[in-house]
Amino acid sequence: MKAVNQRAWFFVLPVLLLVAFNALIPLMTVVNYSVQETFGNNLFFWSGLRWFEDLLNSERFHAALGRQFLFTAIILAIEVPLGVIIALSMPRRGPWVSVCLVTMALPMLIPWNVVGAMWNIFTLPDIGLAGYFINETLGIPYDMTQNPMAAWITIIAMDVWHWTSLVVLLAYAGLVSIPDAYYQAAKIDGASNWAVFRFIQLPKMKQVLTIAILLRFMDSFNIYTEIFVLTGGGPGNATTLLSIDLVKLALGQFDLGPAGAMSLIYFAITLLVSWLFYTLMTKDDPK
Amino acid sequence: MAQITLSGLRHSYSPNPQTPEDYALKEINLDWQDGGAYALLGPSGCGKSTLLNIISGLLVPSHGQILFNGKDVTRLAPDKRNIAQVFQFPVIYDTMTVYDNLAFPLRNRGVPEARVKARVTEIADMLEVSDILRKRAAGLSPDAKQKISMGRGLVRDDVNVVMFDEPLTVIDPHLKWKLRSKLKELHQRVRATMIYVTHDQTEALTFADQVVVMQDGDIVQIGSPVDLFERPAHTFVGHFIGSPGMNVLECEMRQGQVLVQGHAVILEGMATGDGGKTQIGIRPEFVRLGPGGLPATVRKVMDVGRHAVVEAMLGKVAVKAVVNGPVPEIGASTGLHFDPAMTRLYRDGRIASTAGGRR
Repeated sequence: MKAVNQRAWFFVLPVLLLVAFNALIPLMTVVNYSVQETFGNNLFFWSGLRWFEDLLNSERFHAALGRQFLFTAIILAIEVPLGVIIALSMPRRGPWVSVCLVTMALPMLIPWNVVGAMWNIFTLPDIGLAGYFINETLGIPYDMTQNPMAAWITIIAMDVWHWTSLVVLLAYAGLVSIPDAYYQAAKIDGASNWAVFRFIQLPKMKQVLTIAILLRFMDSFNIYTEIFVLTGGGPGNATTLLSIDLVKLALGQFDLGPAGAMSLIYFAITLLVSWLFYTLMTKDDPK
Repeated sequence: MAQITLSGLRHSYSPNPQTPEDYALKEINLDWQDGGAYALLGPSGCGKSTLLNIISGLLVPSHGQILFNGKDVTRLAPDKRNIAQVFQFPVIYDTMTVYDNLAFPLRNRGVPEARVKARVTEIADMLEVSDILRKRAAGLSPDAKQKISMGRGLVRDDVNVVMFDEPLTVIDPHLKWKLRSKLKELHQRVRATMIYVTHDQTEALTFADQVVVMQDGDIVQIGSPVDLFERPAHTFVGHFIGSPGMNVLECEMRQGQVLVQGHAVILEGMATGDGGKTQIGIRPEFVRLGPGGLPATVRKVMDVGRHAVVEAMLGKVAVKAVVNGPVPEIGASTGLHFDPAMTRLYRDGRIASTAGGRR
């Protein structure tokens, strides 16, 4: 048998350690919790798949999951087309390009919790600029702390404000990479604006849009901080999305077992939907 | 198809041009006949692409007019001019099939589907792409993509002019030759007016009946490939066309005699004009080496396959000669014979000798 030089393993070791500490070990603790029952004093009992069964049959989980999907679907349906429209109407060259880009990037530079706090103050009906304006000047009753519909409109508006820029910047990057000759050829071929969008711009943006949709899906599906600060999941449970529910379960009620099970199911759903998105969107790409 | 007239055309990219240097096109007056094959030849930055974009309507000139069949189209949008253009890099619609790509310009103009089918089939046949009509255009090789781009240019039979903007840049050398002859063949079949822009003399000379040579926004010569080769109107054309370019040698005029490095040279005809910087021009193809003639020393010999290019020093200047058959050794003394019928005089770069002898 040929002697194999095993020294190569040493070079892989640092990465292995890093991945172990930042991903594998934390994940395994969660797996560990998810199959046990906890009592104080570090007493653990084996509970098998009970937490998973409980959770999958729980009304509360169904409701949170439903709200989560609804939220993600709404913001994707708004942010992606809106982002593309803004990118299309941005100048391609000249001094206004950098002005537009910086303006677009600003919301993304603001920390999540600050965004939540900003929007909270902004929309309070008594002292918030928008809240006061809508209630007093427009005369439309609007109170996101009391009315579930108002709360939903507020969290969606906040996310659109915060993250549409990401779609804009990615779509814009796709657009500026299109050589002028394409537009000139389309002009000469007598193509309408719609045909230019459909046959030149959209195909060229497809790859960056795939990434934009994936990122926006994952981020919105895992959204926590902004909504926690803005509505805290209320009024009632109206804006209690999955992550907020999870934190309530894990840190509020200290139910580590069910919370562990929920984390794993949450993770599995995110992974599965991302994979589905990616596969569907890249299935007819030329290899 | 149309006759194209450019009259007093000038263009500047800066909003208020002051000096002639501000102009990308200086003053262009041209008449192109219906159904001709023309080439615009010149180095990068000479204004040929600017001129092309003005003809296609992608650019509105600062001054002057463009007429198609006598009708002013200077301010008409590209799609209203009924022209076709093939770009340097293949432009194809990735998501469509080859068939839909070729049909696109027709469908945009509301041509009935039966007619579209007939035209696409005909053009696909000419370009030899019939077997890939159902394929997605995205996965094709660059030369096939460029063929499709050309096809989109040719598919409308009512176009005024088809323009090619250095269309063979991205094509592999061995396919360049094939596409070039294909293009020539297409011109003979469809008989549309075609304008071909290039910086490659071989492409220009093989494609066109008439070549327009440009330099720094000016037309230096318009002529058939033979004219440009044999009797360049400007030393620039002499340098630019031919491989190697024309020998341009400083000369003195003394008592009706032309002296190069102190040796008398016979011209094709009479010298015209007066003063200025004088030079003689003779193509290496018309310089013969042998006993007698102007004394020179061989400095370099380059074997280029079918013939050798010999560089010999005549006094302080180098003269190139194309030699078929045995070549002299480096360092050997030899004599230079200039074919008088092919020896031109240039005054400040412009031709200044009357045509005489054989032409």
